[in-house]
Amino acid sequence: MYQATEDPAIIERIYRSLRVIRRVEEEIARLYPSDKIKSPVHLSIGQESVAVGVCDPLNGDDFASGTYRGHATYLAKGGDLNAMMAELFGKSTGCAGGKAGSMHLIDIQNGVLGASAVVGTTIPVSVGFALAFKREGKGRVVACFFGDGATEEGVFAESLNFAALHRLPVLFVCENNGYAIHAPLSARWATDRLRERVATYGIPTHFVPDSDTFVLRDVVEETLPELRSGRGPVFVECLTYRWREHVGPSEDYDGGYRTRPEAEPWLRCDPVEVAGARLEAGTRTRIDADVEDAIAAAIGFAEQSPDPDPSELLADVFAD
Amino acid sequence: MSSPINTERVTTFPNAILESTRFEMARDPSVILMGLGITDHIGILGTTKGLVDEFGPDRVIETPLSEDSVTGVAVGAAMAGLRPIHIHIRMDFLMLCMNQLVNMAAKAHYMYGGTVRVPMVVRAVIGKSWGQGAQHSQGLHALFMHVPGIKVVAPSNAHDAKGCLAAAVRDNNPVLFVEHRLLYRTESAVPSADYCVAAGRARVCRRGSDVTLVGVSVMLLECLRAAELLEDAGISAEVIDPIWLAPLDSATIVESAGRTGRLVVVDTGWTSCGAAAEIVARTVETARSDRAIRVRRMGYAAATCPPTPVLEDLYYPNSARIAEAAYALVRPEGPVWRAAADKAEMAYAQEFRGPF
Ligand SMILES: Cc1ncc(C[n+]2csc(CCOP(=O)(O)OP(=O)(O)O)c2C)c(N)n1
Ligand SMILES: [Mg+2]
Repeated sequence: MYQATEDPAIIERIYRSLRVIRRVEEEIARLYPSDKIKSPVHLSIGQESVAVGVCDPLNGDDFASGTYRGHATYLAKGGDLNAMMAELFGKSTGCAGGKAGSMHLIDIQNGVLGASAVVGTTIPVSVGFALAFKREGKGRVVACFFGDGATEEGVFAESLNFAALHRLPVLFVCENNGYAIHAPLSARWATDRLRERVATYGIPTHFVPDSDTFVLRDVVEETLPELRSGRGPVFVECLTYRWREHVGPSEDYDGGYRTRPEAEPWLRCDPVEVAGARLEAGTRTRIDADVEDAIAAAIGFAEQSPDPDPSELLADVFAD
Repeated sequence: MSSPINTERVTTFPNAILESTRFEMARDPSVILMGLGITDHIGILGTTKGLVDEFGPDRVIETPLSEDSVTGVAVGAAMAGLRPIHIHIRMDFLMLCMNQLVNMAAKAHYMYGGTVRVPMVVRAVIGKSWGQGAQHSQGLHALFMHVPGIKVVAPSNAHDAKGCLAAAVRDNNPVLFVEHRLLYRTESAVPSADYCVAAGRARVCRRGSDVTLVGVSVMLLECLRAAELLEDAGISAEVIDPIWLAPLDSATIVESAGRTGRLVVVDTGWTSCGAAAEIVARTVETARSDRAIRVRRMGYAAATCPPTPVLEDLYYPNSARIAEAAYALVRPEGPVWRAAADKAEMAYAQEFRGPF
């Protein structure tokens, strides 16, 4: 029987991280009709446990790569909240000075490698980071997040092969939420034996069927020594569920491609609630208040920050 | 905008595409659709809506995220006698299809000595606004204009969308069909009867004598608006829609620019080695030599598209900037003229509102 960590510091840290991500995205959804965020937003609400469970045991100088659905990855890896909010507002103080928007969040200082809006494209880029880390020899690893849809691109298979061939320190994390936009897995996969496909490259695979944050955290923590020691990549498949529409702030259970009953079991095991229930009430209240303060400060920071200067349009086309 | 053909019925750009697709599929059982999201409730912004119910999943094929492979599948199916239409919600995704399009689709007929044909259509939507940013906003049609063996068409209105798609489907070559997202809200008169808008004929949309404006896709609307601004300044602009970019009807543009002596070509893409560069070069190459033509290319700023609205606004040509550039060509000695700000809004009056 699996025994979740009893370490109160870890439980608190995980809850705080889950809560920040959930509340930031709820605030984004709340602000969205004001048109202050003129950027397509792909919310991770409901899927936060994947980012938090994987990133919690990583070191500050390890890296994580995300997707356009990347707010959770960015925040879980320690990306700066003020810089993220300012980026969504298109301000000069954003993590890319207004040139990334929601879909390309990056924070190199904190090990957030960046994100692409072209599905699958950051997978080999992560492998490239891992190639450099292997040469560096300090045991750093890259956690590479992608959706179930990304595994259909040829580059996924090519990247697995390369990483396995060269024994690179990549943790491949498939966030399987069952859909690519509105298309279910059954319309896209001949079989659902994803982990078997991956295993044929000689890559060890793991499965977390409900993406329980604590289970996932332990799985990742256990694989880290082998990753750091140069034995090659590891693959984790996490089943999860997207609560909101593919892109945008709302729910879409009336779209006809899925039903609310399908979502119910996922809504009932809300990862934020599961972690929160493991805290003493006072602790939880204190963390919640901290989180609200941090988010309010980030929104204030974004609102008060200046727009980019027009000269920025042609800046950074080439590096010096 | 007004249509060249008089008819009672007015419809939108996406409806025109849907109607044309439905007609071609009913007319010719070898026509099939492939793509991501073509069978869902959105149906590529309405352009494929209901087709899976009408023609079945064997002809309206929802695909995995495997653009490279699916493009090759379309090439093979076309060589074997089908007429696939492969649909991409963003043109940026064509970068995954490049090998199959450039090395197979464009080459097969020639490389195999004329023994096979590749009659396929690739529909690709160019995005704009609402933070589409670096990878959801690119106009990459010029990359394909570069390659012999691929045709490229970029209709600017619903009438041409219907007629060009019909022509593209019936063409025995690979055709890239370029759709700008901001045209989706436009309407024009569209005959319900079957018709083709064939390659090789540009359209003069407005007569003028001082300067020729050529607008590609959505930039045609900006050029028409610019012509109105110029009229207020006493300058008469001729406006041309090239419609098909490859093959290009240079003759119509050469005739016009030869007459006005000034040519501004505005693309929904970058200017360097772009559609505007090609149109300008062909025009000055073939124009009569007794009158020099002053030229100007316009397009995206030479940068990656920034999502932040303040920079994005500077990134794109608009009617005011086009009018000012044309004015400077016509009156190079005169004082700098600025288009009236209130009249210079984007031609597509309503701003596009996200998330997509
Ligand atoms: C190469 C490519 N093809 C298509 C798209 C359009 N698209 C955007 S998100 C998406 C679904 C991706 O699904 P998945 O990888 O499961 O991630 P999720 O959105 O479910 O998190 C698609 C098809 C794209 N952005 N890039
Ligand atoms: Mg998915």
